[in-house]
Amino acid sequence: MKIRQEVRVGVESICDRYANEPSPLMMILSSIQKEYGYIPLEVQEIVSEKTGIPVAEIYGVVTFYSFFSLNPKGKYVIGICLGTACYVKNSQAIVDKFSALLGIKPGETTEDGLFTIEAVRCMGACALAPAMEVNGKVYPKVTPNQVEAIIKEYREKESEVK
Amino acid sequence: MERITSPEVLQKEIDVQTKALEDKLTGKNLKRAICVCAGTGCLANNSKAILEEIERLLKQKHLEDKVTINHVGCFGFCSQGPFVKIYPEGTLYHAVKLKDVAHIIEDDIIGGRVCEDLLYVDPSTHQKVAKQEDINFYKKQVRVALHGCATINPDLLEESLGYDGFKALKKVLTEMTPEEVIKEVTDSGLRGRGGGGFPTGRKWAFAASVKSDKKYVVCNGDEGDPGAFMDRSILEGNPFDVIEGMMIAGYAYGADEGYFYVRAEYPVAVERLQRAIEDMTKVGLLGDHILGTNFSFRAHLRLGAGAFVCGEETALLNSIEGQRGMPRPRPPFPAIKGLWGKPTCVNNVETLATVPYIIRVGAAEFAKMGTQKSKGTKVFALGGKINNVGLVEVPMGTTLRTLIYDIGGGIPGGKAFKAIQTGGPSGGCLTEKDLDTPIDYDSLLAKGSMMGSGGAIVMDEDNCMVDVAHFYMDFICNESCGKCSHCRIGTKRLFEMLTDVTEGRGSEKTLEDMEYLATVIKGGALCALGQTAANPILSTMANFPEEYKAHVVDKKCPAHVCKKLMAYVIDPNKCKKCSLCARNCPVSCISGVPGKEAYVIDQAKCIKCGTCMGGCRFGAISKE
Amino acid sequence: MDNVNINIEGRIYSVPSNLTVLEAAREVGYNIPTLCYWNHGKNSLASCRVCLVEIASPRGSKLFASCVYPVTDCQAEKGFEIKISSPMAIDARRTSVELLLSNHSKDCQTCVKNGHCELLHVASLTGARDGQFIGAKTEVTVDDLAPGLTRDTSKCILCGRCIAKCKECHGIGILGFEKRGFNTIVGPAGNRSFTQVPCLQCGQCIEVCPTGALAEHREIDLIDKARHEGKYLVVQTAPAVRAAIAEEFGHKVGEQNGTGKMVSALHRLGFNRVFDTNFGADLTIMEEATELLHRIKGNGVLPQITSCSPGWINYMEFFYGDLIPHVSTCKSPHEMEGAIIKSYFAKKHNIDPKDIFVVSVMPCTAKKGEAQRPENRGVDGLADVDAVITTRELAIMIKRAGLLWDELPEEEFDNDLLGEYTGAGVIFGVTGGVMEAALRTAYHALTGEEYGPIEFHEVRGLESVKEAEIDIKGTKLKVAVASGMKGAKPLLDQMRNKTSPYAFVEIMCCPGGCINGGGQPFIKPNLMLGEKKDILETYRQKRADILYGIDERKAIRQSHNNPDIQKLYAEFLGEPCSELSEELLHTTYRADREAFPELAKE
Repeated sequence: MKIRQEVRVGVESICDRYANEPSPLMMILSSIQKEYGYIPLEVQEIVSEKTGIPVAEIYGVVTFYSFFSLNPKGKYVIGICLGTACYVKNSQAIVDKFSALLGIKPGETTEDGLFTIEAVRCMGACALAPAMEVNGKVYPKVTPNQVEAIIKEYREKESEVK
Repeated sequence: MERITSPEVLQKEIDVQTKALEDKLTGKNLKRAICVCAGTGCLANNSKAILEEIERLLKQKHLEDKVTINHVGCFGFCSQGPFVKIYPEGTLYHAVKLKDVAHIIEDDIIGGRVCEDLLYVDPSTHQKVAKQEDINFYKKQVRVALHGCATINPDLLEESLGYDGFKALKKVLTEMTPEEVIKEVTDSGLRGRGGGGFPTGRKWAFAASVKSDKKYVVCNGDEGDPGAFMDRSILEGNPFDVIEGMMIAGYAYGADEGYFYVRAEYPVAVERLQRAIEDMTKVGLLGDHILGTNFSFRAHLRLGAGAFVCGEETALLNSIEGQRGMPRPRPPFPAIKGLWGKPTCVNNVETLATVPYIIRVGAAEFAKMGTQKSKGTKVFALGGKINNVGLVEVPMGTTLRTLIYDIGGGIPGGKAFKAIQTGGPSGGCLTEKDLDTPIDYDSLLAKGSMMGSGGAIVMDEDNCMVDVAHFYMDFICNESCGKCSHCRIGTKRLFEMLTDVTEGRGSEKTLEDMEYLATVIKGGALCALGQTAANPILSTMANFPEEYKAHVVDKKCPAHVCKKLMAYVIDPNKCKKCSLCARNCPVSCISGVPGKEAYVIDQAKCIKCGTCMGGCRFGAISKE
Repeated sequence: MDNVNINIEGRIYSVPSNLTVLEAAREVGYNIPTLCYWNHGKNSLASCRVCLVEIASPRGSKLFASCVYPVTDCQAEKGFEIKISSPMAIDARRTSVELLLSNHSKDCQTCVKNGHCELLHVASLTGARDGQFIGAKTEVTVDDLAPGLTRDTSKCILCGRCIAKCKECHGIGILGFEKRGFNTIVGPAGNRSFTQVPCLQCGQCIEVCPTGALAEHREIDLIDKARHEGKYLVVQTAPAVRAAIAEEFGHKVGEQNGTGKMVSALHRLGFNRVFDTNFGADLTIMEEATELLHRIKGNGVLPQITSCSPGWINYMEFFYGDLIPHVSTCKSPHEMEGAIIKSYFAKKHNIDPKDIFVVSVMPCTAKKGEAQRPENRGVDGLADVDAVITTRELAIMIKRAGLLWDELPEEEFDNDLLGEYTGAGVIFGVTGGVMEAALRTAYHALTGEEYGPIEFHEVRGLESVKEAEIDIKGTKLKVAVASGMKGAKPLLDQMRNKTSPYAFVEIMCCPGGCINGGGQPFIKPNLMLGEKKDILETYRQKRADILYGIDERKAIRQSHNNPDIQKLYAEFLGEPCSELSEELLHTTYRADREAFPELAKE
């Protein structure tokens, strides 16, 4: 994959933004993740050139933190809370149902690039357990039976767009 | 606001803002005030739209001059949210929906009548309760760390100043030497609220004793325990108190720079904290020569990126330094050699939020709350199988029974209480026999659990404790940084053994091996995360030996949770032969003849999804 | 340094206060097992937990990694007692090893590090039992694509020594930790092959790896095959090999000059001719010194940089391609010698060069890649060198053949056209050696006389960067010598900025030069109880002393005085940098070598 020029410029300007911070790597990576949705090795190389930090070290940091992703995520990121409060209220069943219906495991993205399932640790919506979210929209007290409808909601949204 | 350049200007500003806030809440400004909860829980429940709808209607009805509206931090009673509170009456509406907004505006704001249908109903007395303080949930609570949460607008420095904000800072800068500050905090008996419970004053004293050109304060807001949200609520509800606490720490041991490390999963907290830092910098409450003194302080915000282990202080420091969040060996302790090698105290959000209170009321007053060795209050995030899910702050020494039954409202659905897990994945579970244990650091530790950061998850008879231990082990395996052999490989092996137990492959030898390895890891792992990783196993094994035995000897899961050890069965006598279960079954493993033959589940094909049982209207399907 | 008192197993010892518990225990006679610990804390992540000891205090007992625990934090007066043999400590150390073994591919019998494995050693020390813990293993990556080294993550124990070493030597940090928890591995970014990242192939990481996770890419099979095919086998050995090979046979570091026994072993291994790469080194000096003089006289690009070290050449091509005009076009000595064997030697003996199989025994893993470069095919498109084995691989061949080192006679290199070598060639094996050899010849070229004292001590020593100003009868020559790319980098940046004050710069990839190459016998203090504790600080000097000793005893100590070299030029090449020399003995470099070739392709 060749990096497009505007991405290179964008990544470089993010590096410049934190040039005066002590140890800015985490801030740089967070910003890139936020801006572009993922941090492939090619982009890490640019960060390495700008900061002088070895790529292996950057790669080590990227793969350490679960917020950083090497691959693009789906258009809709389904985050199902597996915090204890949700777990004891059977949120694992929600994860399983999504996995079964979409044919992917948590952390994976559907082939059409539409959905990514993520098992998240406590969204803080413990009162709404089991809770889940899709691109930030929270679904309270979800049951496995609702799962199909939630997927349908976004599939329909997609076909409308088309 | 003008720049606050001296203690006098600060005092003036405090006076002005205190009056303004008081006037707002008591109606002396001849206005009504509406506060809408904007904690993460309520935001997830649509409270932002509710606030916007109120604003829209007020505008439509031309009431903007007569009514003020703003959001506030967490009310704590999350299971009943979203909350809308009306001043000066103090009426608290719960579980407000978007459609209720017109009702509130018409009847209460315009008509002056309380919206009875939106009031909280006490489940035991069935009485409607109009005022927050009359709700049982709040009766035994004390707000120290949660000071100002749900009262002030967390976006406004003015409201903080109107609600005791920076009085403590002024006091330390004008009346106290750093040594006196450390002594005061030491005398108060404050211990770290992040879990370890190390005396805060002593930590500061260590850092103070080291000579260095540079020192740092780090605020640990990487609240990672699943099911815990104390720190988040504090940062969302009153970030100013935490910053003030950090500055006092800095003054006490000679640090002039502070870093907040907050989970990236907390966007609301991050935004409010960032704004608070900026606004304080603008008026000179952060920066050089604060209040015209020789004390200078700068605060920065750094975000976590999804690693539980970064809640461990040395891993957190590595993360701030842009490295993998792998813990460092201690000693040297961070107070001696911390961030970028400089003396650094890492204090938890709740700890720092408590500091201004201690300075304001004095160590002696603070120490009146709590037990002999655990002073003050503790915030808990109460969750799981409990009626009143939410955030509670109680004096140390309150019993678990009070927490669960008086404040928490007991277990829903008439189910039996089984255990309460405190301390998150590092803690342990406590059972019926421990319910009268006063909550403090040492008694929880003695019972095989720990205070932790304050997560408290209640389990009922439907929860399998082996499965719960399995869940925590899975969590720890996923979150282990991978540095030391004990945690990296040891927790994996424990997880595998537990999996064997939950799937019927375990034996009593498995249990012995597990206990041995768990004990070794407890001593041998590098950091606190690893050393406590085995706690959920050890504590559930100690408290529920018969449940483990059932899994390995009888190959049964008494709570019917472990899928490999349970089965769904249809009682032929209760089956009405309606065929609904067979039609619902995703793997078509239920057979029978509609109207004629009772239905039967093919256990070999069944995937234990429970769809059949959820759908059966005759209660013919059960787990065994 | 002040002393403090510590209590070990009930006895009080006074120890220097800057020590860790581990070091203090060693001072007083305890050898606590270690694994991730390396070289006095140059790497000690405290991650392997093999050195756990119990430290008891009035507040209770806890386990600590002794490798990082300061003695000042457990002074006897404060009631601390260090327990090495308490049941708790013994259990914990044994469990540490058993856990590591449960995630380790245990093919010890056939492992490349058989005999040098520190994990196996601590398993025996701690009494680890087999099969104590059984379970899933971390996903494995095996990379054997690179010419110089291999990586097998199934054997990695995540000690991080290689990561630290790569950074320390070269500042580029090819290796790093990846992923998290049980999935953690060590590898180049993206878990790519060494061929897909700017790895120098120097093998320094192999030297520190406690297990078989990192190893040299072996080429013994190639030699066996060539022999089977009836090839005419010619072997040459680099100077540094003789300084260390005896270590493989139980001799202490620096104890034995292995030249004679090595030569007799090679004869017994069936090589038709056994030559010394020192001849190639002398030839290199002739060419390189001439090239330098041409540059100086002809206003060419200066400084000129040496090109003997393939690790350095890799580094240059990856990161400083713009400096190619500075780099001498001379092939490295063994490549030159290979080219001469396949031309001059072949012609003289009437052997078809296709039938000659040249083997180089090198202290180096990067030489393996160098031999495969298409640029290094001087005769009829044939590789100048067909196989490169390391010092360690030669030891394996000797042992495989049943040869008993100590009973081998001392023999001479074959005196057949390329037999003679000088002291100048020998010191190539130490940092500064090429510089010194070149200066001896340059002095002669510029003045027509030999340099009286012969030795240029200004450029000797194991520091990573040295500089000197040499006065050659009024002609002042500023020179610099660097080993380890971290040390070389500032010199290169100067050249890039056109501010370099030097005329000639020697750069060697490995710190200390070839005596410390990535193919040399392992220095594992844990496994070398006969050596002193400071062996990691002294071994390079000990090996260097052997080479300087050989130089000193040589009658001929300047390359240009090597009679076989003189004969070669007279009968075959003409003069240094002649057309034929250029064809056979000089090479070219790539400025566009991608650091991440696969990424560029994708």
